[in-house]
Amino acid sequence: MTVSTTGTAPETMTGATAEAAGAAASQHGIIGRPVARIDGPLKTTGTAEYAGDFHLPWMAFAVPVQATVGKGTIRSLDVTAAEAVPGVLAVLHRGNMERLYRAVPNDPNATVSETRPAFEDDRIYYWGQYVALVVAESLEQATAAAAVVKAEYAAETPEVSRELEPFAGKWNTVSTRGTVDAAFAAAAVKVDQTYGTPAETHNPIELHATVAVWDGDRVTFYESTQGVVNHRNAMAQILGVPRENVTVVTKFLGSGFGGKLFPWPHCALAAVASRKLQRPVKLVVTRTMMFSNVGHRPVTEQRFRIGASADGKLVALRQDALNHTSLVDSFDEGCGEATGYLYSVPNLTVASALVGRNVGSPMAMRGPGAVPGLFAMESAMDELAVALKMDPVELRLKNDATVDESNGRKFSSRHLRECLETGSAKFGWKQRTPQVGSMRRDGKVLGWGMAAASWGAYRFACATTVDLNADGKARVRCATQDVGTGLYTIFAQVLAEKTGLPFERIEVLLGDSSMPEGPLSGGSWSTATVLPAVAEAADGAIASLLSIAASTPGTPLAGADAKTLRMTEGRVHRATESAGLPSAGVPFEAVLQAARLNGVSADGRSGSVFEDPKARDLSMHSFGAQFAEVEWEPEIARLRVSRVVTVIDAGRIINPRAGANQIRGAVVMGVGMALLEETVYDRRNGQPINGNLADYLMATSADAPEIDVTFLDYPDFALNSYGARGIGEIGLAGVAPAIASAVYHATGVRVRKLPIRIEDLMQA
Amino acid sequence: MQSFSFSKAQTVDEATGLGGRYIGGGTTLVDLMKLDVETPKTLVDVTGLPLAAVEKLPDGGLRIGALVRNSDLAFDPTVKAEYAVLSEALLSGASAQLRNMATTGGNLLQRTRCPYFRDTSYTNCNKRNPGSGCAAMDGHNRMMAILGTSEDCIATHPSDMAVAMTALEATVHVQGAKGKREIAIGEFYKLPGTTPNVENALEPGELITHVTLPTPRRGSKQVYLKLRDRASYEFALASAAVVAETSGGHVRYVRVALGGVGTRPWRAHEAEAALVGKPATAEHFRAAAEAALKGAKPQTENGFKVELAKRCMTRALTMATA
Ligand SMILES: Cc1cc2nc3c(=O)[nH]c(=O)nc-3n(C[C@H](O)[C@H](O)[C@H](O)COP(=O)(O)OP(=O)(O)OC[C@H]3O[C@@H](n4cnc5c(N)ncnc54)[C@H](O)[C@@H]3O)c2cc1C
Ligand code: SF4
Repeated sequence: MTVSTTGTAPETMTGATAEAAGAAASQHGIIGRPVARIDGPLKTTGTAEYAGDFHLPWMAFAVPVQATVGKGTIRSLDVTAAEAVPGVLAVLHRGNMERLYRAVPNDPNATVSETRPAFEDDRIYYWGQYVALVVAESLEQATAAAAVVKAEYAAETPEVSRELEPFAGKWNTVSTRGTVDAAFAAAAVKVDQTYGTPAETHNPIELHATVAVWDGDRVTFYESTQGVVNHRNAMAQILGVPRENVTVVTKFLGSGFGGKLFPWPHCALAAVASRKLQRPVKLVVTRTMMFSNVGHRPVTEQRFRIGASADGKLVALRQDALNHTSLVDSFDEGCGEATGYLYSVPNLTVASALVGRNVGSPMAMRGPGAVPGLFAMESAMDELAVALKMDPVELRLKNDATVDESNGRKFSSRHLRECLETGSAKFGWKQRTPQVGSMRRDGKVLGWGMAAASWGAYRFACATTVDLNADGKARVRCATQDVGTGLYTIFAQVLAEKTGLPFERIEVLLGDSSMPEGPLSGGSWSTATVLPAVAEAADGAIASLLSIAASTPGTPLAGADAKTLRMTEGRVHRATESAGLPSAGVPFEAVLQAARLNGVSADGRSGSVFEDPKARDLSMHSFGAQFAEVEWEPEIARLRVSRVVTVIDAGRIINPRAGANQIRGAVVMGVGMALLEETVYDRRNGQPINGNLADYLMATSADAPEIDVTFLDYPDFALNSYGARGIGEIGLAGVAPAIASAVYHATGVRVRKLPIRIEDLMQA
Repeated sequence: MQSFSFSKAQTVDEATGLGGRYIGGGTTLVDLMKLDVETPKTLVDVTGLPLAAVEKLPDGGLRIGALVRNSDLAFDPTVKAEYAVLSEALLSGASAQLRNMATTGGNLLQRTRCPYFRDTSYTNCNKRNPGSGCAAMDGHNRMMAILGTSEDCIATHPSDMAVAMTALEATVHVQGAKGKREIAIGEFYKLPGTTPNVENALEPGELITHVTLPTPRRGSKQVYLKLRDRASYEFALASAAVVAETSGGHVRYVRVALGGVGTRPWRAHEAEAALVGKPATAEHFRAAAEAALKGAKPQTENGFKVELAKRCMTRALTMATA
């Protein structure tokens, strides 16, 4: 099996072949089978080529120089010392660099993360902003030279405070129904609390990297991007060249978590340097820059007011959510993402507003909006359950919604109730005693908490091409990318299902913008988006093959009605012959060879769900329930998450192995979100002061709890013919509130501001 | 990183004669060189010196070569059996990869993780730039020290290993231009005072050759307890190394050192004095912990460390006397 995008297969392909083939002796039932990822061996043997691995002859290395103040103006920039460093080829800055264009605002096909191109003016908006770029023969020389660029600033005190209130600006109503304030005032039982989530930095292990190569008036990017097509379109606008002159290649991504959805200023800088020097230029963002220049989940502060009747029926729900943004972009986190539809409540208002801070532009991070929003809402629901003296699972069941009350639409497929019930049973929730600190095991206090989870279900436009070749292989091409989630394997599974070919005779070519345009890898929509397009292309190619079989003299099928022919296990045969028998029909390549064809091809397309009349009147979301157990040792203030049970309703699961892996990873990330992660800005200069992997704490393997994952597997055919939704983000959505509730149950301390730290718990 | 010359010494005399900065595993030094915090002109690689053995001494003590790697030391059978506190402390530090590189000498001399020390864009750091001020006092100081601080520096000594060695009353053996000498670990580390740039008793050019540990105290129990936010790969918020011997329910002998809270590995003499001869009870352990933390001076963000250190020490004493 080949997953290469350019046709040059790495040597270790056979390793992939052996494992994949072993797992798929017959391709019948390949959809839904827990097959190993076809790109796994390439990654575990270090042969997968990530953007930063592209090393080209005559390549130069670029290193940006970062501002050391968080706000102010550049007074002077002295690059003489840098230019004198051996090996330095150029030092680019505002004074000498060609101007970059901005990308067209709000062009959905050419989105950029930070709209201000590097060096556009001499203002400093945030600490770490690029003020110059050094290009040299070696990375070491460029790094040394960057260190001696002398910038002087008229520095001002930046505003980076985590507190977003008091906020005097204008609020924007996101969703509203009924009369929320009156209903809340009259409610029998109420919760009115403010919840906060910190700035969190995307920390995929693969750093952002750009290798830009000009050849005449054409440029190729080897890029770490979650969207090769969008990247191409945006770069064309920023560099002022026709789209067709730009190619973006991303064979593998060491994950992005949203941080790599759209280009950042360094991408264009690498291209400008390459154009100027007429040499390939590599720019790899450092880990420190990851904390300041390429996005983060913004700080949120959300006031929740929930009112209920004495028996636990919600009567009022109000969310007022603030999030910080940079001074160059208005990034709306969208904390109300799941608020409007998750529960049945007649009176509801969601409002939001943005607060400017001297920080780099925020960017979507796994489950944007829903994840911080659900931390707040599900924490508030837990507080309501305590106030009502009601079981938290009961409270959710009681308020389950049957229609999307934010717009009156029916749900395409909603099984939140079953998620809650199944999760409760698997976790053993019935054993829970509600009193704080009342449960113990091995001398430790146990805390049990739970939360509901949700995430939208989407499908976007996608085009693919499938070839059936005379060399006996099937090939599919699509300009989308596998961000590490298993998309290569999803493509292979569909093609295997359609053709019956084993994985070693299937090639999946992704991650090249010159291929048919596929989706951006975001919003958990890749699988749902590509499935129908691959299926259609495969069906088209097979139909073409069958008609050739029927009309090619010399084959045993010549003269048959093409409609009576089938392709099974790689063979073309009559429908009346039992499929799969070696005697049935002929190998498909024999048909092509007889017809003297190199191959047949067909295109497949899927459209956006937003333009689908069948889907327009439906509300499409995935649902889940998450249950967490913490162990608390008050004598030493030690808290550890010991167990998380997750049940997910995300439509049909195409590959349960890769799928469960997504959920497990999200649970571990959720432990970090709940207990560890926070980007801390020094209030004097706005610097992310813990900007490295030792001081910015993420969950380690030792922090990972015992993880149990269940998929309900109800197909959602409104979204696509396979009934698949997405699973990349939802696994994170309920973890932090479930842990926070478990912490309360163990300690009696309600922490409303993440992360939950030892110092918070020492009040217990 | 600045340019430097590099040579590899084969003998101790050659190393001390070369007159450069010694490099062991490089996990502290190279890191700080990349940040331009350390800018040595000459590096002398000492990893080729014959100082990589752990040997039993005739008097029953243990001699640890300065080049013994942290992971080798932690898994040495004698260390595991007789100096468990040292093994536990080593294994609680850093990551497996770092421990495989790090040497005993380098670990003793690792530098603080204070973020303002590590970033040269802050000109105000008395440790890096004597007399320039201290950016940490008024900055992000959650990880900083609460014991042994001065008006000039509040940086925590980060080593776990040195805390265990302090409780074990180790001796540091050094060799320099003036010959060999021995320094008790209690005298080895200096309080910051008005000269936080002076961290230890080494003279310029002196090489650590060995660390010796006294004969393990018969019948004593040893515990290293490290408290931190995450379960691994993080410096201590508070840690305690305890060597204790009890009989008839009373504490006969006890050595306590604290980590993560002091500007140097913190020997808790007051706690030891308060405990010897007393019943081994939670009440007395807590009283000892109170005594140890009496002089604590918290900063804006690390007040919780005072109580955390007390709980840590109380638990470690409980474990070591159980
Ligand atoms: C991310 C990270 C996390 C860490 N976490 C922890 C932790 O949790 N707990 C912990 O205790 N430590 C931790 N450490 C620190 C680690 O233990 C030290 O970096 C390591 O022990 C240093 O040993 P080394 O041999 O690599 O020293 P080197 O970097 O080689 O040297 C350190 C210093 O000692 C000097 N030196 C070295 N050998 C000698 C000698 N024989 N004589 C005289 N001078 C000498 C060098 O000149 C240098 O100044 C961490 C480090 C990192 C990078
Ligand atoms: S605490 Fe010490 S090391 Fe940190 S900035 Fe202050 S003087 Fe420097």
